[in-house]
Amino acid sequence: MEIGILALQGDVSEHAAALADLGVGARPVRRPDQLAGLDGIILPGGESTTVSMLLESSELAEPLGKELAAGLPVFGTCAGMILLADRIADGRPDQRHYGLIDLAVRRNGYGRQTQSFECDLEVAGLEGGPVHAVFIRAPRVEEVGPAVEVLAALVPSAVDPGAGRAGPDLDPVPVLCRQEGVLVAAFHPELTADRRLHRMFVSMIEGTEH
Amino acid sequence: MDDAPTATETTATGSGSGRVTGTFTVKRGLADMLRGGVIMDVVNAEQAKVAEDAGAVAVMALERVPSDIRAQGGVARMSDPALIEGIQEAVTVPVMAKARIGHFAEAQILQALEVDYIDESEVLTPADEAHHIDKWAFQVPFVCGATNLGEALRRISEGACLIRSKGEAGTGNVVEAVRHLRSILGDIRQLTQADEPERYRWAKELSAPIELVREVASSGRLPVPLFCAGGLATPADAALVMQLGAEAVFVGSGIFKSDDPARRARAIVEATAHFEDAQIVAKVSRGLGPAMAGLEIGTLETRLADRGW
Repeated sequence: MEIGILALQGDVSEHAAALADLGVGARPVRRPDQLAGLDGIILPGGESTTVSMLLESSELAEPLGKELAAGLPVFGTCAGMILLADRIADGRPDQRHYGLIDLAVRRNGYGRQTQSFECDLEVAGLEGGPVHAVFIRAPRVEEVGPAVEVLAALVPSAVDPGAGRAGPDLDPVPVLCRQEGVLVAAFHPELTADRRLHRMFVSMIEGTEH
Repeated sequence: MDDAPTATETTATGSGSGRVTGTFTVKRGLADMLRGGVIMDVVNAEQAKVAEDAGAVAVMALERVPSDIRAQGGVARMSDPALIEGIQEAVTVPVMAKARIGHFAEAQILQALEVDYIDESEVLTPADEAHHIDKWAFQVPFVCGATNLGEALRRISEGACLIRSKGEAGTGNVVEAVRHLRSILGDIRQLTQADEPERYRWAKELSAPIELVREVASSGRLPVPLFCAGGLATPADAALVMQLGAEAVFVGSGIFKSDDPARRARAIVEATAHFEDAQIVAKVSRGLGPAMAGLEIGTLETRLADRGW
């Protein structure tokens, strides 16, 4: 098995290390010809506006879109989630997004860097206890379509610990979602040593997951 | 592990216990997300827009770009908060801002403004000639400059979550950036060969904590990302320092002191992303117009890189 990692900008090497730990081949993708023959692809964390611009200038935007539309399994973390979402609030009008998962996300929806946080997260269907999730200027899911499976969500007190009040955030906020071959996380599983979510993606590709 | 979800659960009900902000992981995490990108110096919201349009991963707010600080002289300080807020309003990418070395009150103001990163920078006039800011005391992460490995490790011991090689800001001359990057990375390569007694000697000679020296010796890298700054002016400069081992680049005067800032900015972004692909670097380097004029290091009255202790 060989999984591509979009390597235009962002924390590419952490994803490569995670795949190496699982014994899965990783291929950095910077040019269209590097998409050939992949079993899946990871869209890493980074700045989504920068990655969007570089996708166009590298002539990757269209060929990657074709592969994804044809069903290439994909795992997007943080900026990768934004690239895969159907609707982006507070994005740039020229920002590329593939609309492959029926979510509306708000860029930097948890606030600026001072509000970046880490916490424990229970993931549906994942054995071995909660994962430790690191959120860096994370995108916030604001709407979820019916075809989307929410695998993990934050309770309101974890979204905004200062808010004991009633407000628009009383429902849990999804942070790990799946729609068929598309897996997205608002956080960065690649920044911790826990490889279970990368393994989940590999299992999705193998079609052996529960 | 008693509350571990079972494999039969299919829908998340919500969790998130133990939520914390301002940890080292979270602070350094943003630096990780900037890797492979270009951070651009801007003095106002208009320049910030140009930088973001060109694909900058972040912008650095300062009151004057380094080449103007050199030309005009005087004390260089933190930007006016109104300017920083204007830049924050104008762009969605992270906004960094500079505080003077040792000026923790400026840093407190920048934290109150919720900038995304604080650069305790030698480009501004130092406020303290012996002490740097205690960066552990802040929620906002810090980047600091370094000319050599010892300086880098001292800044990390003070809480810096990102190191940039200093170079010589405002010169458009990449030679000092190369010198500092080679010094840091060359010493790291040597340190990985050291046995335990030699590591103590390294710690003494670098004036750096032995724990950090051991960590570098065993990992072969700094405990935080290493970016490059100071004198970069062309796409080729970016490709050079990225190939030498920088993980991202800061560009200051090189963009907005050139003839066509928008095009040059974008070209440097593309060259940084594709630093190993000379075809692409050649393509984006064509017809950019004159780069900033630049200065010979030997003619400088003030070496900014000498500031920092």
